[in-house]
Amino acid sequence: MEVLIHCLFSYLSTVTFGIVTNVPRKLLNACGITGAVGWMIYWSTKNLEAGAIFANFLGAIGIGLLSIYFSRKKKMPMTIFNIPSLVPLVPGGPAYQAVRSIVLGDYVLGFHSIIKVIMTAGAIAAGFMVTGIVERLLKNVLDKNRAGFKKT
Amino acid sequence: MEENKQTNTQLILDTCLMAGKIMTESGSEVYRVEDTMNRIAENAGQKESVSYVTATGLFMGFRSSNYTQLENVTERSINLEKVAIVNNLSRKFADKEISLVELNHKLTNINHEAPTYSVSLQILAAGLVSCTLMYIFGGNWHDFLATFLIGMIGYSVAYFTKEWLNIKFFDDFLAAFTIGLLAYLAVKFHLAGNIDNIIIGAVMPLVPGVAITNSFRDILAGHLLSGTARATEAIFVAGSIGIGIAIVFKLFM
Repeated sequence: MEVLIHCLFSYLSTVTFGIVTNVPRKLLNACGITGAVGWMIYWSTKNLEAGAIFANFLGAIGIGLLSIYFSRKKKMPMTIFNIPSLVPLVPGGPAYQAVRSIVLGDYVLGFHSIIKVIMTAGAIAAGFMVTGIVERLLKNVLDKNRAGFKKT
Repeated sequence: MEENKQTNTQLILDTCLMAGKIMTESGSEVYRVEDTMNRIAENAGQKESVSYVTATGLFMGFRSSNYTQLENVTERSINLEKVAIVNNLSRKFADKEISLVELNHKLTNINHEAPTYSVSLQILAAGLVSCTLMYIFGGNWHDFLATFLIGMIGYSVAYFTKEWLNIKFFDDFLAAFTIGLLAYLAVKFHLAGNIDNIIIGAVMPLVPGVAITNSFRDILAGHLLSGTARATEAIFVAGSIGIGIAIVFKLFM
């Protein structure tokens, strides 16, 4: 039951954030699927006690791979699928909490949040670096194949 | 003849810079902007072009000629429809389906060409972002409705302040203050349970989480200037939201 709700809500939050960021109508569903998969990877990894940072890393890899798939299928830039799908993972909450804690005088909690922001954003960026390598390899292989076909 | 050549070069530069400006304003990655600009120039017959893109300004020139132009970028938001349109137009231009003049014309009119969702739908969507994320971040059903409503109000405050006043960072501050105040009132009158859950949900459509992550990606891709500029903007947005909420806490709790 809990799994179902998480699946549905991460899908919904990605689609609705897609509406806020003006994603083309016919791509909303693909964004939602990418976001739900990313969050489910994050959530299950975190529930296995693997740590939130590692879970973010794996979630970003999942999102990156699905974005590559959808961007090739629909012939659209990857960013369109990346940005809305990331919304459940990105460290927006801790970023504001850091400032709030510091303004209210709780420096320890504030710096705790800042470290969390840096680690989370770093983990997601690292995850995308990995999928970037996959994309480049894919491009090289496919382009070589296409060039080969032309010659023969 | 000489004059003709000059206007053509001018048109290529104009088109490339316009495409780059639209993409940077709409939240595209730096490498994609540079790539698109160079590709348009190449397809228009200028093989040796140099583009230098930062989050706050673009430079474009042709190697071994005396043409260089700049364009500044003052607005940065996320509008993925525009990224998709520029991408499509650049593809069509590469396939010779449209001419350079048509491409230029279409880019000039992009605000009329790009469909947007209606404001009421955007506000509704912002409310749904708030309550669904609040729940999967570990909230409970008791706060669900309050977060939905406060999220909608917070986003509308940000949207209309930006529309009417257009002062940087002030819209986020005012929206955060409203969210904090309403969350405090909701808990005080026993309409909801946990003020922290409501706030964290309701600020989700505003917080710069995506901007922070994108700035890290820019830096890792080697675009140090853009990454730092985007990070600075994100820090100030987070700052205005945090201060907005903190003022409510100081005043009332």
